[in-house]
Amino acid sequence: MNYFLTEEQEMIKELAAKIADEKIAPIAIEYDHEGKFPHDIVKYLAQSDLCGVYIEEKYGGLGGGVFEMALVVEELSRACGGIALAFAGTGLGTYPIILFGNEEQKQKYLPDIAAGKHLAAFALTEHDAGSDAAGVRTTATLDGDEYVLNGTKQWITNGGEADVYTVIACTNKDKGARGFSAFIVEKDTPGFTYGKKEDKMGIRASCTRELIFNDCRIPKENLLAREGMGFIVAMKTLDRTRPGVAAQAVGIATGAFNAALKYSREREQFGQPISSFQAVQHMLADMAIQIEASRALVYQTCRHIDSGAKNISKESAMAKVIASDTAMKVTTDAVQIMGGYGYMREYPVEKMMRDAKITQIYEGTNQIQRNVIAQELIKEAAKQKK
Amino acid sequence: MDIIVCVKQVPGTTEIKMNKETNTIIREGAEAIINPFDEYAIEEGVRIKEKMGGSVTVLSMGIPKVADLLRETIAVGVDNAVLLTDRAFAGADTLATSYALATAIKNMESYDLIVCGKQAIDGDTAQVGPSLAEKLGIPHTTNVKKIEEIKEGYIRCQRMTDDGYETIEMSLPAVITVVKEINEPRLPSLKGKLRAKKTEVKLLTAEDIGADVNLCGLKGSPTQVIETFVPEFEVKAEMFEGSAKEQAKSLADALLSMKYAKRVD
Repeated sequence: MNYFLTEEQEMIKELAAKIADEKIAPIAIEYDHEGKFPHDIVKYLAQSDLCGVYIEEKYGGLGGGVFEMALVVEELSRACGGIALAFAGTGLGTYPIILFGNEEQKQKYLPDIAAGKHLAAFALTEHDAGSDAAGVRTTATLDGDEYVLNGTKQWITNGGEADVYTVIACTNKDKGARGFSAFIVEKDTPGFTYGKKEDKMGIRASCTRELIFNDCRIPKENLLAREGMGFIVAMKTLDRTRPGVAAQAVGIATGAFNAALKYSREREQFGQPISSFQAVQHMLADMAIQIEASRALVYQTCRHIDSGAKNISKESAMAKVIASDTAMKVTTDAVQIMGGYGYMREYPVEKMMRDAKITQIYEGTNQIQRNVIAQELIKEAAKQKK
Repeated sequence: MDIIVCVKQVPGTTEIKMNKETNTIIREGAEAIINPFDEYAIEEGVRIKEKMGGSVTVLSMGIPKVADLLRETIAVGVDNAVLLTDRAFAGADTLATSYALATAIKNMESYDLIVCGKQAIDGDTAQVGPSLAEKLGIPHTTNVKKIEEIKEGYIRCQRMTDDGYETIEMSLPAVITVVKEINEPRLPSLKGKLRAKKTEVKLLTAEDIGADVNLCGLKGSPTQVIETFVPEFEVKAEMFEGSAKEQAKSLADALLSMKYAKRVD
C-alpha cells in the first residue's frame, strides 16, 4: 500500500530496514536467549543518523516527529521488538525534554541523544503506581539549590543502560497527582542506583531494571516545566509515544507474518505446500488485513499528532490498542501456521509471540486505553449536545 | 590526500543472462550492485580521508544506470563520482578497461592513492588493479588487509598471503587492492543520502578523456570469450566388495589404473 511517505521518510524507512535485515535479524535470537543489550545496534543507528529523527535540527536531529520515530521503530521491530526498544525507550525518555524542556535543558541533553551517544529512559511506574499512575510514592524535596529524590521506580526500560532519565516524583503529597513533578536525572548521580535486571517473558534484549533513589541530590535546574506539572508531562509524553508502541507492534506482527507466509509456501504436507489449503489461506488473509488496518491507523495517528493537533489521546490510544491486539493475534497465528517449528526456540516466531504480549501491557494497558477512548467519546458527545 | 576508488557494477543475483554473440554479461535490466569487494575499497578510502583530509572520488566504467549506484556511495562519505560511459567502452576486457580507467585518471588533477577491491565477483580476474598501476607507471600491492602507515608520498601495508602476510612499503602515488579483512564498511547515513540526492555524477565519454577508441571496448580487447557455460561435475562411484583384503587390492588396482598412485615395491 502506498502511504505517500515523503522522500525523507522513505529514506528513513530504507535505512532502518537495512539495519533490521543486515544487522539485527542475524543476532535477534541470540540476544533474546542471552538477554544481551544491543549497544552495537545503537552504534549502527547512530552511524545512519537515525537516533535523532524526531529531534529538532538545531539540536542535531533531523527535525521529524512522532511519525519518523514510528517508522524506525516499526522497521527495527520487524527483526526484533526487544532490540528496537533501545531506540523507542530513548524516545520515551526524551519526549518530556522535547515537550517541556527549557532552552538550556534542550541544549544540554538533546544533541548527545540525537547523535546516539546517549540513551534515555522514562520513569513513572512504581510498585503501587501502574495503571493508577497517581499512586507515585517517590518524593522530591527542595533543599537549597537541589532537589533530594527518594523512592524506587519499577520496570524501567533502558534502566541501567540509559544516560539520561526523566523521573516523575511527588513534590507535594497533599495535592495527589497535581503534586507530581518531572525531573531529569543523570546516570552516576550519587544516591542513584539500579535494582536487578528483570527476567522477562519477551523483549529480552531490552533491559528492564528498578531505579533506586536514596537521598539522590540533583540541581534544581533539572526540574522540567514547573512543580506540579509532572502528571501532565507524563500524560502528554505518553500520548506521543503510544504510536511508537503501536509501531513496534505492527513491526513484530509483520515480522511474524512474513515468516509464516514464507514457511507456508515451502512446507509440504499431503503432497502440496500448506499455502494451498484454504484453512491456512484464510489465516494468512486475516493476518494481512489486521496488520494493514493497524498500520494505516498508526500512520494516520502519527500524521494527526505531527500536524500539531491538540486532542490526541483518543487516537493515540486507538492506534496502540488495535496494533498491539493485532500483534498478539498475528504472532499466535504465525506460530500456529508453522506448527511444531513455530513452537521451537531456534525459529524466530515463538520469540515474536513472547515479544508481542508486552505491547498490550506497557505504556498503559489496553484496558486503560479503552477507558481513555470511552471517556473522550463521552466528553465529545456531551460537548455536541450543548 | 586525494584518493580514487575504482568500483564496478556487478549482477546482484546468480541468474545471469549472457549475450550469446559477444559472450559478455547482459547488464541492462538485471539487478545491479556495487562489487562487494569494492565496498571495502570505498570504506578504506573514506577512512583515510577522515584521518588525513583530502577527498575521495569513485570512478567506474559502465552503462549510464551505474550513475545511480555511484550516487549511493556519496551516502557513505565519498565526495565525487565519475562514470565513464560510452558505446565505445562496451565489451571491454580487463586490458581495455584498465586503459580507459588509466586514461581518465591521467586527466585528473592529482591523486595520491588508488584503491580497488581485490577482484570483481562476476569476472573474478583480479587483473584491473595491477594492470591500472602498470599503465600509470606507479607501484601496486594486491590483497591488502591492513594499512599500517600512510603519509605524504609513503604507504606501508600488510598484504595477505596464503599462510600469513607480507609487509610492503611503497612510494605514493600507488595502487592497492583490498580484501574484506581490511575493514567493516559503514552503513549509509541519512545526511549522506540527502547529500547524495543532490550530487551530480560526472559522465565522461571516450572523447572527453581523449581515449583512442581502438584501444577501448570490444575493439581494444584481445581477450576473446569463446564460450561461457556452467561446468558440470560428474561423480562416479564404484563399490568394491569382498573381504577387507580383497577390497584393499581392488582399490589399489583402481588407483593404479587411474595413475593416481604408483606401485612401490
